[in-house]
Amino acid sequence: MSYSVYIPCDAAALALGADRVAEAVAAEAKARDVAVQIIRNGSRGMFWVEPMVEVLVANHRVAYGPVQPADVPSLFEADFLVGGPHALCLGRPEDIPYLAKQSRVSLRRVGVVDPRSFEDYLSNGGGKGLARARLMTPEQIIGEVIYSGLRGRGGAAFPTGVKWRTVFETEAERKYIICNADEGDSGSFSDRMLMEGDPFCLLEGMAIAGLAVGAKSGYVYVRSEYPHSIAALQSAVAVAGEWLGGFDVEIRKAAGAYVCGEETALLESIEGKRGIVRAKPPLPAISGLFGKPTVINNVITLASIPDILAYGADSYHEFGVGRSRGTLPFQLAGNIRYGGLVEVPFGLTLRELLYDFGGGARSGRPLRAVQVGGPLGAYLAEGQFDTVLGYEEFAGIGAALGHGGIVAFDDTVDMARQARYSMAFCAHESCGKCTPCRIGSTRGVEVIDRIMAGQVEKIPLLRQLCETMTHGSLCAMGGMTSYPVLSALDSFPEDFGSLVDSGNGLV
Amino acid sequence: MIPDELIDRVRSILNSHHHQAGALLPVLHDVQAEFNYVPSEAVSEIANTLKLSRAEVHGVLTYYHHFRQTPPGKHVVRVCRAEACQAQGGDALVAHAERRLAQSSLTLEPVYCLGLCAIGPSIQIDEINLHAQVTPGKFDALIADLEGTP
Repeated sequence: MSYSVYIPCDAAALALGADRVAEAVAAEAKARDVAVQIIRNGSRGMFWVEPMVEVLVANHRVAYGPVQPADVPSLFEADFLVGGPHALCLGRPEDIPYLAKQSRVSLRRVGVVDPRSFEDYLSNGGGKGLARARLMTPEQIIGEVIYSGLRGRGGAAFPTGVKWRTVFETEAERKYIICNADEGDSGSFSDRMLMEGDPFCLLEGMAIAGLAVGAKSGYVYVRSEYPHSIAALQSAVAVAGEWLGGFDVEIRKAAGAYVCGEETALLESIEGKRGIVRAKPPLPAISGLFGKPTVINNVITLASIPDILAYGADSYHEFGVGRSRGTLPFQLAGNIRYGGLVEVPFGLTLRELLYDFGGGARSGRPLRAVQVGGPLGAYLAEGQFDTVLGYEEFAGIGAALGHGGIVAFDDTVDMARQARYSMAFCAHESCGKCTPCRIGSTRGVEVIDRIMAGQVEKIPLLRQLCETMTHGSLCAMGGMTSYPVLSALDSFPEDFGSLVDSGNGLV
Repeated sequence: MIPDELIDRVRSILNSHHHQAGALLPVLHDVQAEFNYVPSEAVSEIANTLKLSRAEVHGVLTYYHHFRQTPPGKHVVRVCRAEACQAQGGDALVAHAERRLAQSSLTLEPVYCLGLCAIGPSIQIDEINLHAQVTPGKFDALIADLEGTP
């Protein structure tokens, strides 16, 4: 008989040495003449115990971590293949509090299944959503998605079913489904984990979207910084192509432009052009890729669809708070003790995530600032940590949940420097189409440099510049750079050399 | 490499994308995978085949950070500059990397997020090899391996 050993192939586990651990396990097993089958699963998303090795014992798994190659001989000595006790033993993975307290829906199979095995996907609940959708009319599918309350998980939070209905109702001989997998936000990795850990789920979501709107083909636009995601998706397309029932998927590799995560710039990029933002209207749902009606959804949005179809909209809608229905896979990142993926229903507070899950700063110092929602998200201070995690609740404090990425900073952070970085990033990544973003970001860096050099009288000028960028930019790149800049200024004025900020009036 | 051979290889890549709509990015990716950069001789060939102007191809080539127009060093080392890595000592690693690779046969490039945001600072070597929680000491050891010196 052969023992089953799970060692993640997720990029984060690889970066922590998972391949070397797999080699060590294989070599040790060979030396001991023990038959082991090494299965490369995704990651459960608890990065402080990665590489986390799991063994199958009877009908459950036992986890060990963090495992380094040097630990492997002692694991064999401790009979870890049958779940033997060892200093690194974590028990059953699903009983680890960090996981036990979550509601994994969109990422339910990530870390559990072999992402290259279609059989594994099907035997763990995959495929049911598409099977049910095939028995439904497009109107029924769209109705189900609307009723589920699912909103775009990429950050804009637009109701997914409403977007689908627009594409469905627009007559055209050709329509497209595009998955936006250009996960460029720092602090975000849920798309990456899904693509590497459960790629069939994304393809199933796309095929269901195709049935709903009448599209026969689609693209997944993946960042070039994610080669492992690209490989996992290509392998999944090769294996499951036929099962998708005539729905063709092409994996498109992006080329390092952050702004291509903006949906119209993404369309230009797939068309083979520079990723320059288009003015809206027309909406992509009416005139998108090659001028055809196009659904553009984020990875997590599409990966949530199979479950909604398989188990009904109610099962999804019952999670959440207010108009934020379902779950969001939050990503705890930066200076945080227990960083990782936390999929929970909307409704917890930021503080619960940062402390109950995250355990505070990894450095052991107090948390001072937390950026939620990527480079275009606001910096929040301690006084705002009790905000409920919901789209409207965050909008209410001038912030955004975005894609659910949360980057924690301890009290050594210099917020003027972070504000400067936000402007510099905008200058680096601006597509150049509109003036407020292209020029404003460069001027913004200069103004912050002067403020940091002691010219606090320039603060009102920075505020005016942010206002121009907010209202004058074509897309969120320039339009939301003011979020991190102004929130840093408002919540941490002492870092800008001014204890008394003069607001909008001139000093 | 003799120019004819280069053009032949570019043509073969172009042929493999014959039926693809909006093929320019996939073609540039394949050309860069073949030569480690996009040679200027390839631009006219790509433009002719895809029925674009050379300016259009040049515009795309220079717009995207991923593409390069000159050959890189022996290896490409990308250090993440984004916020989550900054929160974990990324700026100090960047400064160290710039000093360490100032006189090196390796190419140092910035990258804005590798999706390893809870285990930073992170680096990527030659696109596929990832390393997390990189301290200056760990960085030097990795670089020494790449440079083939102790």
